[in-house]
Amino acid sequence: MAVAILKDRNPSKVLEVTIGATKEQGGTRSHTITVGGDSALPFMHFEGSIPNRPVIAMEIQDRIPKWNDSLKSELGDVWGNPTEWAQKCVEDFGANLIYLKLDGSHPDEENYSPDKCAQTVKSVLEAVSVPLIVCGCDVEEKDNEVLPLVAEAAAGENLLIGSAEQDNYKTLTAACMVHKHSIIARSPLDINICKQLNILITEMNLPSDRIIIDPAIGGLGYGIEYAYSILERARLGALQGDKMLSMPIIATIGYESWKTKEASVSIDDYPNWGQQVERGILWEAVTATSLLQAGVHILLLRHPKTVQLVQNTIDELMKPNQF
Amino acid sequence: MIIIGERINGMFKDIKQAILEKNPKAVQEWAKRQEDGGAHYLDINVGPGSADRVGAMKWLVEVTQEVTDLPLCLDSTDFTAIEEGLKLCKKPAIINSTSAQREKVEIAFPLAVKYNASIIGLTMDKKGIPKDADSRLAFAMELVAAADEFELPMENLIIDPLILPANVAQDHAPEVLKTLLQIKMLANPAPKTVIGLSNVSQNCSDRHLINRVFLAMAMACGLDMAIADANDDELMEVAATAEILLNQNIYCDSYVKLFKTRNRA
Repeated sequence: MAVAILKDRNPSKVLEVTIGATKEQGGTRSHTITVGGDSALPFMHFEGSIPNRPVIAMEIQDRIPKWNDSLKSELGDVWGNPTEWAQKCVEDFGANLIYLKLDGSHPDEENYSPDKCAQTVKSVLEAVSVPLIVCGCDVEEKDNEVLPLVAEAAAGENLLIGSAEQDNYKTLTAACMVHKHSIIARSPLDINICKQLNILITEMNLPSDRIIIDPAIGGLGYGIEYAYSILERARLGALQGDKMLSMPIIATIGYESWKTKEASVSIDDYPNWGQQVERGILWEAVTATSLLQAGVHILLLRHPKTVQLVQNTIDELMKPNQF
Repeated sequence: MIIIGERINGMFKDIKQAILEKNPKAVQEWAKRQEDGGAHYLDINVGPGSADRVGAMKWLVEVTQEVTDLPLCLDSTDFTAIEEGLKLCKKPAIINSTSAQREKVEIAFPLAVKYNASIIGLTMDKKGIPKDADSRLAFAMELVAAADEFELPMENLIIDPLILPANVAQDHAPEVLKTLLQIKMLANPAPKTVIGLSNVSQNCSDRHLINRVFLAMAMACGLDMAIADANDDELMEVAATAEILLNQNIYCDSYVKLFKTRNRA
């Protein structure tokens, strides 16, 4: 007897958000990237449509990062040179987007000026033609000086700029409104604050299809299951028609993975753990693929080998599974 | 919670007058007001005294749809008036209503299927409203079986267990709540449920309070829809809060505001 597959039909879907703007749209990108639009749980192609492939943005920084040797051996030659780093990610490693983290603006680090940061963003925009994600150094006061200037310098490019938080969203939302960018709304692993922040941002009249949710994930072994349950609830909400949880999701996977002990300690300290280089890549790849299946649309990654592994997984997951 | 706005009803003087004079102003004002209040559907009832029920229904449907995109709930005992109204509806409507009486079911269910409408089935027959939950459930079961027979999708069947005013039939409210709970076990997928909320407080002194409390109680028993006063702000607040407490909606600090303004987004 044939087995009848029970299929869920959902009344609603995840919003589609487009990042980047071509010349005709007022920017300079060669193409735009659209994420979201899913009308089913992640990769349940037989229950709805998954119109857009999840994308990978490779992280670059405006300074020489304090990353470990596994990353340094692959990327060290371009550190300190964001334009070459960006080009390498796009041309050699197949990044769909560039994620420029302006950690050099941190007051306790290089303390780069807002002008210098804006200049860096412009030079990266000139060096690569893919859409760009730009985030500040996560010090509120400094980000509120830097990001409006970045938004102005890149006006019309439809960058994805982050991050707005519940206690600090007005400055960035206004800058994104005026200069036509999209925004990352970050909440601290809390579905209620996530929804509230989306309401606050849309109340300032930034359209909901220009918001991406950053739920502040945990890496493998460091709370990934909390991230998983938040992503699941948000997706179920979106599919049931909760408009304030319907935005696509971004996840800071590289950042969370590479700061773990497991990705960093040497084999000399933990002989049973295997080589640190492979361990780090796998830690990032397993974090990424787990969250991918929980419904992340934009993956922020660091290691080129992880990117390759995750792209292969996305290829497999995007094959239609019809019953 | 789906709210069906009750106000476009010839029982109200201003609507009765509007129908008589073919002056759409009051109808259209109430359509907009109820939409702003957070109604999902608008009930359309020509009222008891209308001479030309078919013509009045067609006119109400037309003038209402001129000012709102909300779907309609056509409320009449005259299936000809309902069918003529259904022909004009731009979105799948709700037929309000049929009893479980066989002759009526045989007309009403095929009508719902033909126009892709949902239909409200009352748990009664020509003998009137039953006293207890068990008799209400027996009628509900007949309606469920009829849905199967006439190939009406179960999601399109909405069962009304019929609430009566608290001051004349106090013993009915607990029976209605018991019925609401058990209707969900009659089929999988289960039919939906609705009550004419304002009935519970007919001629009582603190009507709004009774409506609010009963709505919360009924929602806890699985109620899906209510024909209600969409402009009773505090009633909408109760609906929004009950959704949160029943874990039907994800909490956020602005949940009440979000519920009330969802039609304006």
